[in-house]
Amino acid sequence: MQQLIFFIQRFKYFLFFILLESIAIGFTISNLSFHKSKIINSTNLIVAGLYEQRSKITDYFRLKSENEILATENVRLKNLLEKKPIVTIIRDSTINDTIKYFQKFTFTAGKIINNNYNKEFNFLTLNIGKNQGIDKEMAVVNSNGIIGIVDHAKPKYARVQSILNRNSRINARLKNTNYFGSLNWDGSDYKIVQLIDIPRQAPLRIGDTIETGGKSTIFPEGILIGRVSKISRGNSADNRVTITLFNDMSNLGVVYVIKNFEKNEIRTIESLENE
Amino acid sequence: MNKRLRLFFLFFLLLFLQVFMLNNILLFGSINPYLYIVFVILYPVKENKFYLLFFSFLLGLFVDFFSDTVGVHAFSITFIAYIRLFFIKVYFRKLELDYPFFKLQSESFGKKFNFVVTLTLIHHFLLFLLANFSFFNFSTVLSNTFFSSIFTLVLYFIGTAIFNENE
Repeated sequence: MQQLIFFIQRFKYFLFFILLESIAIGFTISNLSFHKSKIINSTNLIVAGLYEQRSKITDYFRLKSENEILATENVRLKNLLEKKPIVTIIRDSTINDTIKYFQKFTFTAGKIINNNYNKEFNFLTLNIGKNQGIDKEMAVVNSNGIIGIVDHAKPKYARVQSILNRNSRINARLKNTNYFGSLNWDGSDYKIVQLIDIPRQAPLRIGDTIETGGKSTIFPEGILIGRVSKISRGNSADNRVTITLFNDMSNLGVVYVIKNFEKNEIRTIESLENE
Repeated sequence: MNKRLRLFFLFFLLLFLQVFMLNNILLFGSINPYLYIVFVILYPVKENKFYLLFFSFLLGLFVDFFSDTVGVHAFSITFIAYIRLFFIKVYFRKLELDYPFFKLQSESFGKKFNFVVTLTLIHHFLLFLLANFSFFNFSTVLSNTFFSSIFTLVLYFIGTAIFNENE
């Protein structure tokens, strides 16, 4: 016992050092796993509050590009409205209610107050949280395409796992077909992501559009991702396709968070046991 | 007391400088200076070394809070805070008896340069290695370390040149 105390006294500086380093390593490892509850991240009130103050100032520098994005989105939505059959106009309010009943997704607008894209594991901070109905595993998109998945929600702020995160796996498919694969990021370039495990017989060509596949309960079907920029047809087992994102991940402002009303039902069906 | 207060201000000055300005520079897409490690270099040698370890850890952790890389900055800055004494022994040839009289400003530029460069390189290498968390993109880790170190060192030496002239 005495020797133990003597040992601790002699090496107390070194032991203190080891203690601090193991705390740091522990934080790092728990931060990288998606499903563990996180204590320390940028969604806590002080850090996120400071970031919000900062974004109040820096938002003015982005007003021009933000306006252009809104204008293009308006044009697209107006075109969609024009395509709608006239029948919908004479519908009365009762039918509107049933339409509401059939609604599968809701969109909530929010703002990115902290954006990362130069690291291996990137996270974004949103200025909306549980008070606005945001919860874990909801999709985050903007008018150009997908951005990420909410991985942690506090009452006022939420953290988003960006698609530019080596842990992110998103179901994606070739537009107008049902050939799907899984979308990964190798951590090097923020404009480029990789699509793996897409079947060899898929008629891929350079310039083809890739969109979300709707095989997951998080993303709705048909949200834009990017354009095929390189196809490697080697002898490797994984059929890797390089994709250039439509979204400029270094310039994000207003985003939409998508909630799926039928998620729980789909989950229950999928987790039924085989008997 | 005055010195403690100065260290306190240095702590928060470096923290906010790092998280609100330097983290957003992103030269050529990914190169950032990490100037907050100046805290370890400027911390007086005669002060309690336990406090140095603890406050370095805290500074790293605060930087982590803001950049969503929990533990990565804390780990690397605590590491260089620990090995700092070893490099003071190696480069400046000081014994423990000399510590109360040791001042970094009064040392020659060559020795100071070696000391600062070594600590910066070690810190940046650990930082990028841990942020990468695998040996998969090892060449990116090395190139990031190299370019970010140059950036940090340029800022550090310009800063010291300006502030020493004022005094």
